[in-house]
Amino acid sequence: MTHGIDLEITGLTKRYGNATALDGVDLHIAAGEFMTLLGPSGSGKTTTLNIVAGFVEPDAGTVRLGDELLIGVPTYRREIGVVFQHYALFPHMRVAANVGFPLRQRHLPKAEIARKVGEILEIVGLSDLANRYPRELSGGQQQRVALARALVFGPKLLLLDEPLGALDKRLREGLQLEIKRIHRELGVTFVFVTHDQDEALVMSDRIAVFNDGRIEQVAAAHELYQKPSSLFAAQFLGDSNVFEGAVGGSGIDVTILADGLTLKAPVAAGAHGGRVALVIRPEKMRIDPHGHAVGSDSNALVGTITDVVYMGSRSRLLVATDDGRSIMADRMVPSTEFAIDDKVVVSWSAEDATVVDGGMPTTGLGK
Amino acid sequence: MAKSLRPARLALHVYGVLVGLFLLLPTLVVVPLSFTGRRSLAFPPIGFSTQWYRNFFTDPDWFNSAVFSLKIALLVTVFATTLGTLAAVALTLGRARWKAAARGLLIAPMIVPGVITAIGIFYVFLRLGLTQNLWGFVFAHSVLAIPIVVVTVSASLSSFDRQLLRASASLGAGPLASLIQVMLPIIAPGVLSGALFAFLTSFDEAIVSLFLAGPFSRTLPIQIYQSVTAEIDPTIAAASTMLLGITTLCVVAAALVLARRDRRYS
Repeated sequence: MTHGIDLEITGLTKRYGNATALDGVDLHIAAGEFMTLLGPSGSGKTTTLNIVAGFVEPDAGTVRLGDELLIGVPTYRREIGVVFQHYALFPHMRVAANVGFPLRQRHLPKAEIARKVGEILEIVGLSDLANRYPRELSGGQQQRVALARALVFGPKLLLLDEPLGALDKRLREGLQLEIKRIHRELGVTFVFVTHDQDEALVMSDRIAVFNDGRIEQVAAAHELYQKPSSLFAAQFLGDSNVFEGAVGGSGIDVTILADGLTLKAPVAAGAHGGRVALVIRPEKMRIDPHGHAVGSDSNALVGTITDVVYMGSRSRLLVATDDGRSIMADRMVPSTEFAIDDKVVVSWSAEDATVVDGGMPTTGLGK
Repeated sequence: MAKSLRPARLALHVYGVLVGLFLLLPTLVVVPLSFTGRRSLAFPPIGFSTQWYRNFFTDPDWFNSAVFSLKIALLVTVFATTLGTLAAVALTLGRARWKAAARGLLIAPMIVPGVITAIGIFYVFLRLGLTQNLWGFVFAHSVLAIPIVVVTVSASLSSFDRQLLRASASLGAGPLASLIQVMLPIIAPGVLSGALFAFLTSFDEAIVSLFLAGPFSRTLPIQIYQSVTAEIDPTIAAASTMLLGITTLCVVAAALVLARRDRRYS
C-alpha cells in the first residue's frame, strides 16, 4: 500500500557567489521510498532539500514530483511536508492548533479538522498533550508534533532536514525507529537529510552520498557499505583501511602496487595503470600470531599491536606494520588473545577488498 | 565578597537616587502646583483645591485642545503603527539591495533636528493647505512616529525565527496568511509597544505643532505653551500633571508588554 509519489531531480545546480553549492545533481526517488541524503556539512544535501521544498530556487535543473514540474511553483502550493531540525513549531499555538494549521489553510470543516488532528496525534503517540504549548514539551515530543503537523494534510512526499540533530543519543534512536514505523504505516515517500552515517544505515531504503555539491553514490545501505564506488563513500560510511596505488600485473593475478607493496585485489579488466585505492573494512582483517601461514589468495602484512580498544560487542586492534602503516582490525569477541607489543600477521582475503578510483577525497573525511 | 563591597554599593545607590531626583524633580513640581488654592503658580503651593482640574474640563480652550490632541494621537497611532510595522517587516525580511538606504531614510526624522523638520513640513503643508488642519497634524506627527514604530517592531522581529515562515509556507499558508497567522501574533508585543510610543510621540509633540497650529487648531502642548506666555494660571499645572500621567502610563504599559514577551517564548 503506497500513497507516496516519485521524485525526479535532474541537473540541479546552485551557486552562491563564487561557491558552487550544487553541481549537476541527478537523483530519482521511487514512490514510497525512504531515501537518505548523506554527506558532510556544505556537501549540498540541505540545498537539494531546500530546492525541493521551494525555499531556494536553483540556477539550473528541474524537480519533478509525479507528473508535476515544481520549478517556479511557490512552496505553499507544492503539497510537500517538511520537518525542520529545530522543530519550527508555532510558539503561540497549542499542539492541536499547530497540527490543525495546514488543515485550516485548506478550509476544512472544523469537525473534520478535529478528527484528523486526533488521528495523527494518535499515530505519533501524543494524544494526551493536545492542549500543551510547544514550550511545555520535550525536544522529542516537539519533533513528533512537527512530524504530525507535516503529515496531517496528506502530502505524498515528506522532507526531513536533520530532524534528530538537536536530540540526545537515546531519544534519537527511539525516534529513528518511530519515523521508520510511520513511514511503513503511511507509505509516503520520505527524503531524509543527515550527516550521521549510523542514522543513514539504520533508516534508509537507499542512501545518496553527497560530496562537494555532487552525488558520489546512490545505493542500498548494505551495498554502499560493502561495495563503495569511491574512496569518499567508503570513508564517510564506516571505518576502513585504505591502500593507495596503481594497478599492475596482468591476467588473473591482477595486483595493486602501493608504495613498495604488491597486493592482490579484484580489479576489473582494462583498469591497468590507473590510480586506485584499495578499501578493506576492519572486520574483514584477520589477525594471527607471528609466523602463521597465510593462504595464497590472501594478502599479509607483519606488524606489532599498538592498542587494543574495547568497543562493547567487539574489540578493535590497532597494528603498526613493519613498513610503517597503521591497520585497524576488529574481532567480534572481546579479545584477550592479543596484547600490546605482540608481533602479529594481519591478513585479508583478496576478494574482501574493494577497489575504487584513486586519489584522496577532497573534503569531509569520515571519522 | 559582597559584604566588603557594601560601602561602594551604597555610594552608588545614593548617587543613582540623586541623579534620578535631579532629573525628575523639576517635572514633578507641577503635581503639587496643580492642587494649589491660590490663583498663581507660587511654590510651595498654598492651600488645596481641585478647581484647576475642574477648570481644565470646563474651559473650552483647554478642553477642546485636549480633545483635538487626542483625536490626532489616535489617528497617528493607527497610521504610524500600520505603516511602520509593514516597513519593519519589509526591511527585515526583504532581500532588496536598497534596504539599508530605505531604513536610513525612514529613521531620518528621529535624527534630523526637530526645528528643521518643522520648517520643512510647514512650508510644504502651507502650499498644500494642510496647516491649521487636523489631517496636517496627523500626517506630520505620523512622519515623526513611524521611525519609532520601525525601530520597536524591528527589534522584536530580530528575535523572530524565520524558519517559522518556511514552516507555514510548507504547510500551505500563502504570504498574507503567514503574516497574519504566524508573524503578527508572535511580534504583537513589539507592535503594541510601538503603537504606545507612536501615540506618545504625537500626544506630546510641540515643535512641529507650533508651526501648524492656528487659533482654532491647538494641541494640548501648544495650549500649555501659549497660556504660559499669556497668563499664569494653575490650570497649566493641572494640564501638565495629566499629560505627565498619560505619558508615564504609556511608557509603563509598553515596558510591561515587552517584559511579558520576553517571558513568553523563552
